[in-house]
Amino acid sequence: MLTKRRADAPARRSLSPALAGAGGGMDRRSFLRNSGLAAGGLAALGALPGTVARRAEAAAIQPGIETVTRKNICTHCSVGCTVIAEVQNGVWVQQEPGWESPISQGTHCAKGASVRELTHGSRRLRYPMKLVDGEWRRIGWDQAIEEIGNELLDIRQKSGPESVFWLGSAKFSNEGAYLYRKLAAFWGTNNVDHQARICHSTTVAGVANTWGYGAMTNSYNDIQNSKALMIVGGNPAEAHPVSMQHMLRGKERNRAPFIVVDPRFTRTAAHATEYVRIRPGTDIPFVWGMLWHIFENGWEDKEYIRQRVYGMDEVRAEVKKWTPEAVERVTGVPPDQVRRVAETMAKNKPSTMIWCMGITQHTTGTANVRALSIFQLAVGNIGVEGGGANIYRGHCNVQGATDFGLDVTSLPAYYGLAEGAWKHWARVWDVPYDYMISRFASKELMETKGIPTTRWFDGVLAKKEEIQQPDTLKAMIVFGHGGNTVTRMPDMLAGLERLRLLVVADPHPTTFASFAQRRNGTYLLPACTQFETDGSRTCSNRSMQWGEKVVEPIFESRDDYTIIYMLARKLGFANEMFKHITVEGIRPVPEDILREMNKGALAVGYTGQSPERLKLHMKYQANFDKISMRASSGPVAGDYYGLPWPCWGTPEMRHPGTAVLYDTSKHVMDGGSTFRARFGVERNGQTLLAEGSYSKGSELTDGYPEFTMAMLKKLGWDKDLLPEELAVIQAIGGDKIDDVSWQTDLSMGIVRVALKHGCVPHGNAKARAVAWNLPDPVPVHREPIYSPRPELVREFPAIEDKRDFRLPMLARSVQFQVTDRNIQRDFPMILTSGRLVEYEGGGEETRSNPWLAELQQDMFAEINTEDARRLGIENGKLVWVYGPENRSKARVMALVTDRVAAGVVFMPFHFSGVWQGQSLRGNYPEGTDPIVLGEAVNGVTTYGYDPVTAMQETKVTLCRVEPA
Amino acid sequence: MARMKFLCDAERCIECNACVTACKNEHEVPWGINRRRVVTLNDGRPGERSISMACMHCTDAPCAAVCPVDCFYQTADGVVLHSKDLCIGCGYCFYACPFGAPQYPQATNFGSRGKMDKCTFCAAGPEQDNTPEEYQKYGSNRLAEGKLPLCAEMCSTRALMAGDGDELADIYKERVVRRGYGSGAWGWSTAYRDRQGDSFRPGSPSIEQQT
Repeated sequence: MLTKRRADAPARRSLSPALAGAGGGMDRRSFLRNSGLAAGGLAALGALPGTVARRAEAAAIQPGIETVTRKNICTHCSVGCTVIAEVQNGVWVQQEPGWESPISQGTHCAKGASVRELTHGSRRLRYPMKLVDGEWRRIGWDQAIEEIGNELLDIRQKSGPESVFWLGSAKFSNEGAYLYRKLAAFWGTNNVDHQARICHSTTVAGVANTWGYGAMTNSYNDIQNSKALMIVGGNPAEAHPVSMQHMLRGKERNRAPFIVVDPRFTRTAAHATEYVRIRPGTDIPFVWGMLWHIFENGWEDKEYIRQRVYGMDEVRAEVKKWTPEAVERVTGVPPDQVRRVAETMAKNKPSTMIWCMGITQHTTGTANVRALSIFQLAVGNIGVEGGGANIYRGHCNVQGATDFGLDVTSLPAYYGLAEGAWKHWARVWDVPYDYMISRFASKELMETKGIPTTRWFDGVLAKKEEIQQPDTLKAMIVFGHGGNTVTRMPDMLAGLERLRLLVVADPHPTTFASFAQRRNGTYLLPACTQFETDGSRTCSNRSMQWGEKVVEPIFESRDDYTIIYMLARKLGFANEMFKHITVEGIRPVPEDILREMNKGALAVGYTGQSPERLKLHMKYQANFDKISMRASSGPVAGDYYGLPWPCWGTPEMRHPGTAVLYDTSKHVMDGGSTFRARFGVERNGQTLLAEGSYSKGSELTDGYPEFTMAMLKKLGWDKDLLPEELAVIQAIGGDKIDDVSWQTDLSMGIVRVALKHGCVPHGNAKARAVAWNLPDPVPVHREPIYSPRPELVREFPAIEDKRDFRLPMLARSVQFQVTDRNIQRDFPMILTSGRLVEYEGGGEETRSNPWLAELQQDMFAEINTEDARRLGIENGKLVWVYGPENRSKARVMALVTDRVAAGVVFMPFHFSGVWQGQSLRGNYPEGTDPIVLGEAVNGVTTYGYDPVTAMQETKVTLCRVEPA
Repeated sequence: MARMKFLCDAERCIECNACVTACKNEHEVPWGINRRRVVTLNDGRPGERSISMACMHCTDAPCAAVCPVDCFYQTADGVVLHSKDLCIGCGYCFYACPFGAPQYPQATNFGSRGKMDKCTFCAAGPEQDNTPEEYQKYGSNRLAEGKLPLCAEMCSTRALMAGDGDELADIYKERVVRRGYGSGAWGWSTAYRDRQGDSFRPGSPSIEQQT
């Protein structure tokens, strides 16, 4: 046998001079040509026998050429794994583990390990395109922006600014998200939304209405401190694989019980110590069933509730109804199991509650979220390390995009849409408030929430008189958002056909481009990925990470900032919009955008995270502890990684960020905080402020309201304000200086003074077990609209019909019709949907990546073995899945498995490009069709929306399955 | 000298396929060739477990024993490599391998299967280290740069580990003791037995039972 000789220390960057240049140089263009060939899939495999790589130069690091290492963040889920790119001659040639990241610690999932391919872009959209009589034509950027702009201005003149729907993206950087929201504001509409609507809008509404802020309370890392974990309606093993390293460490090191509650025995459930199979759509009865045991046995944290929770007694009254027998009848979970998991959560504290879209994507989404939040309050798990409501967001920047107001209900940083909010942002933007009014059709519309993305096509198809805005939607501008992500796709297609103008700015043409319904008035703009630009993104745990540009935008693509700027310039308000943002050529500088955001986003504490501090964190990642995420040395000492918001005050105040929200055991300058005083100070004679609970070192040793100028005066702390701060406050307040609050004081003096006295600027209140402003102040069970149990519908009816978001929001009337017409007889199976590890979101990007596409080549439906036997369905054979609306159907492969219960069908949601058995491959612009196509599950999903956020119901509907 | 091994902790593996795509990414492995894959047992049922499988770089490698042209060799680190210049694509190694590691670019009934390809433990092949020639035939050579296989370095849950066998065994033992259970170091008794008979020979107590 040979023994291979090894060179002594041949480091990649110091190869011997003899080798320098041996492989020859390679410019980016020829690289792209080659990689375009290399990613062609199955073709020509035998062409070069004996080789692994089809072209040696396709990826190998070339000897003797300088290698630059750049650090960015994975663009898939919200965990925020660090990506290390090695770049030669402007080509990303190798991907290395990001060992220093406190979050990912070098690891990736399949998606993260494949991101280098994004900058090869074998299936990317290469240049702007336009649909002319059903044919794709290549056009230039200037022509595209000119034509789009003219159409928009014409629509504005004829129908008003509200007739344009601006759909943004959770794939934007924070700066991109903020800029897009600002663009919509300057255009004059609140019809601006993004993916949070369809993933966690109910989480944001639910938890913000409970304790103040709409976000994960702790962090992925902190789960290592948990003594018990409960995951409800989430499958992190596939959706957030890197989070599993923290969860499994928690499970192993603390011997923590790991409970998975899900209708489906997921890959996460395979690692659980206890798996609870639940009927889809019955989460509230299950949670109340657990609380029943907790209250019955006195396992609740009574002192915590007394000090920090309002209204728990009203919850007790509702919970009393959910006896073990009642719970079993509705959810199907055996009584002893409910008791066991309730006891486990109550007696192994701190215990953490983790949820995802199995909770949120329901007609009862907000109520589901509230029920879980109330459970954690009852056992005193919020505001403690190892506890918390660990809500796993979906996209890489869905938290940030939500925070920065890509939302039909709010301006950036959750200021809302009221006059005060507009005035605040007009001050930040340095434009007159009256100018902002002049951009809108009316002041009333300016303060009215817009049409959500779940229903944009209803906004197109509605009659003019049915819709609460001057005219229906005529144009849609989509950035980074798939077309198969919303339910009721047959209706969506009708809306797509009716739109006068459709613009898709995306690295890929997306599903929107694949339908033949449109023949004209459609533009595709090649936007680049976040690896081809720089900016910050916020992961689920509220940490911000700055991503560095790895390569220049490939082909003719441009980054989001540039495209937004070009649109603003064409539409005539670039000067006002970019008043304080440097624009280099046609590219706004992201650092400047972030500085403007820092200036205005006081309400969430997005003020201390300056670009300089964020870049320092990326550079000194290794200094942060891998569990507490706090740095103990170097220039970042004392900071929490990524300055998780709230990071109070100016960057100069050096607030460390807040790793665990509402944690009173720490000083506010150490990341301590309290529940936010957001809902007043008193209700029904009871105080809403905390009683005897306050964050460590606070000079106010009881609850207190949010800080205003009036409060400072009352406390005598206004003397601590500096003259320059006072001058700003006076300028803002005018003759109503007392009303200037910590949220609107652009000098940040009020925040500074509050912190100086150890107080949290947003006040110290109780969390609300009763949220009186929501449709169900205490969550109650409501059967899904397409309920598989019609006999329960009259007992647990859907919420009443109403009008909201400018449209009719039907619920109970549809549900009763479904029951009365006995739809369940013809559609006897429950249909639910979810995620696969290889793909993400609508899936066009990941299905275009050969390394991922090879792993999942077929759209499928999971069908229980019993059902399959009964229906004559064989594993691997095709079946038709029929939906109860619009004669909808989808032809997919059957995966016969006990992963789903009898009577339940599961389909992944990442597929599109096949419609009712017909391939749409030929409709994509040439060379941009994803490698793998499949039927979209939303082709067969149905009507149903959460009453608070218009979240779509994707997790429970009915279907019928037949062999194809 | 280190003895390089792979160890997959089935209690940690979540079938996320990071190892598979990391391998594709690192070596530009073409569609249809899988140097590494994740195998799931009891899919969808209680007891479901996944393991990431590739060439285990066996101590007494069966592939090398059956190869008619003697194209295999083992490095001083214990990594089993082969020469694509010598390989005739006969496929014997595929039949001999207990782990299904050898891959062939062609699947025809007659004629050549093409040169066999398999996991190199990121140590490439007989060509000069870190040259385009080496990369073209075998992919990159991380070991020569002092790095470990990328599949293990990127594993999302640290289920798959690569490195010196003694160190891996220590890490795994500590894990098993800490958590109190384990389903064994998959494939170890098959891959790493030696003629003197070490603790991983068939029928010997599994690693966690020893601790």
